[in-house]
Amino acid sequence: MSESSNTIDALVRRDYAAGFVTDIESDTLPPGLSEDVVRFISARKGEPEWLLEWRLAAYRHWRSAPTPKWAHLHFPPIDFESISYFSAPKQQKDRPKSLDEVDPELLRTYEKLGIPLHEQESLAGVAIDAVFDSVSIGTTFKSKLAEAGVVFCSLAEAVHEHPALVQKYLGSVVPVRDNFYATLNSAVFSDGSFVYIPKGVRCPMELSTYFRINAQNTGQFERTLIIADAGSYVSYLEGCTAPQRDENQLHAAVVELVALDDAQIKYSTVQNWYPGDSQGRGGIYNFVTKRGACIGKRSKISWTQVETGSAITWKYPSVVLRGDDSVGEFHSVALTNNFQQADTGTKMIHLGRNTRSTILSKGISAGRSQNSYRGLVRISPTADGARNYTQCDSLLIGDRCGAHTFPYIEASHPGAVVEHEATTSKVGDDQLFLCQQRGIDPEHAVSMIVNGFCKEVFRELPMEFAVEAGKLLEVSLEGAVG
Amino acid sequence: MSAHSPALLEVTDLHVDVAGKAILKGLNLSLAVGEVSALMGPNGSGKSTLANVIAGRPDYVVTRGSVRYLGASLTELEPEARARIGVFLAFQYPVEIPGVSNMEFLKAALDAQHKARGEEALSAVEFMKTVRGVAATLDLSPEFLKRGVNEGFSGGEKKRNEILQLLMLQPKLAILDETDSGLDIDALQTVAAGVNRFRGAGNGILLVTHYQRLLDYIKPDTVHVLADGRIVKSGDHSLALKLEQKGYGWITDAA
Repeated sequence: MSESSNTIDALVRRDYAAGFVTDIESDTLPPGLSEDVVRFISARKGEPEWLLEWRLAAYRHWRSAPTPKWAHLHFPPIDFESISYFSAPKQQKDRPKSLDEVDPELLRTYEKLGIPLHEQESLAGVAIDAVFDSVSIGTTFKSKLAEAGVVFCSLAEAVHEHPALVQKYLGSVVPVRDNFYATLNSAVFSDGSFVYIPKGVRCPMELSTYFRINAQNTGQFERTLIIADAGSYVSYLEGCTAPQRDENQLHAAVVELVALDDAQIKYSTVQNWYPGDSQGRGGIYNFVTKRGACIGKRSKISWTQVETGSAITWKYPSVVLRGDDSVGEFHSVALTNNFQQADTGTKMIHLGRNTRSTILSKGISAGRSQNSYRGLVRISPTADGARNYTQCDSLLIGDRCGAHTFPYIEASHPGAVVEHEATTSKVGDDQLFLCQQRGIDPEHAVSMIVNGFCKEVFRELPMEFAVEAGKLLEVSLEGAVG
Repeated sequence: MSAHSPALLEVTDLHVDVAGKAILKGLNLSLAVGEVSALMGPNGSGKSTLANVIAGRPDYVVTRGSVRYLGASLTELEPEARARIGVFLAFQYPVEIPGVSNMEFLKAALDAQHKARGEEALSAVEFMKTVRGVAATLDLSPEFLKRGVNEGFSGGEKKRNEILQLLMLQPKLAILDETDSGLDIDALQTVAAGVNRFRGAGNGILLVTHYQRLLDYIKPDTVHVLADGRIVKSGDHSLALKLEQKGYGWITDAA
């Protein structure tokens, strides 16, 4: 009844903790996009001719590409001419040779975000590549990784150091013309992480990238490429935050994963971009294309995401299951509050024989937010013995939010086994009352109930991330009841 | 009980509406520290309403009268504030909280209560030891503590779990809302043994029940009969036995 619903509604109000701005001198291009801008970015990075041409082809296609309209999202058209397509902290002209040369102000930013950038502080053994605005700041643990033969560096660096790998795989999973935002990214991508795990190597530590948008009116277009060679294994973590600003900022990233025979890639994201204020002002527009290709036999790619931020999330981490007996997984928690909108899910494309995929999606809506799951399972005629299992659960907090499920199943093989289960539930007044009757305050009760709802997904996250994700949910929900 | 100290629970002329309908219509009831009272009555007489209104369930609107606990008014307090000063309700239908382990839930409750009272929190080790010990007395395995709160529990497990919470939280006022319903005889005895272990000179128990059967195991000091929103008859244990023989008709017709 009204008293407790009010309680629930008011529980989702709290300041965005990562919303500070770092005062740092940066080189920022004036707003607007043209061939000259693309040439500038490419020249600034000293890129080879083929990459410039690749960017220009993308740019020319993008000019005539339509913006996708099918998502369950509502926002005014984005003025792509008002965005700056490149911003870099000034010092980056002479890229620091070691962390000691990195601007201390920048390091303090990462400290505030709780990221242990200094190697000696990285007790967790996480190697971090930090992308600040558009450029990669410093990669920790380089030497230890090098011993194992693992390459973990910025994509810009990889273009110079490992040109053959980059040229072979860049755009191989997400082609230049894939979709409007991916095409835009291909034209103007600034930096991002590059990972190569050699044959038979189990990466000795979790690899991690933290993305941060700092500068105003700047779009962030990073691009990540991970290649796991035959029989290798890597677990990769990605975290994101942005300052609190009144206007919307665009983030259009591309992530490509490639798994060869018997290789495994585990990719985990905790996305906490600024979601906008409680009135729906500001926040990041997150239009991201993430896709993995299991091109090898018995390879496995698994996506785990915890999405709590962004004003708008448009994101479908997918797996193309080309190799026989390959496995794709998608585990997702998407939480929306206030006026946030999320349209997120996955695509599992079964091409090889005996390919298997699992989709586990947990959507939580609070405030006046709208949360949609959109997922495609395609079983092609070549995919003998393919199986998919999908489970979509939605949890509603309060009565002004929405949860939607859009499953698409295209089974072109008569033997395909595709299962889909969906549930929608509400944080019940009875559950809340039980907790309160035992002395637990309603805020804590709601976060406990929500965490319980997400437990199956959190189990998939590496330990440190699981703790972080739980805390993040708590923060994101504060004010949802009260 | 001393005539000078306030009653544990003093309900005076209580009127309560649920969804716009008057359910309690001038109810008076007193429970002393150290007393065990059985509250009986036909379906729809208002027993569960009384239990829930004392605990502070939001949908229950007090339109007149008072509920005092150790001399202080309860009705303005949030449910969690009532819990923290020692009011406990064992639910008739305990709800599930999927994914939240029983253990985690109990620890959160215990910590919240300790904190509110300025007491030191139990360490994780002490807590585990205590909860396992108490669970064992209720025939609940350590495995049971790891399961989600009431998630997939049988009827009997749910009720035993309520008693586990009672024993862990050690409230001053325990209201057991039809804790005996749906229990077989073995489970009933286990539950009753748990309640009797809790029973003491420092607390009071209000047993809401349909059946005298429970009272064979938990002997009440007093028995009250509720009909149409009021207490219509009070007595000792013999009243419950008489009700079992003759039904409620002879009282409610007279009232």
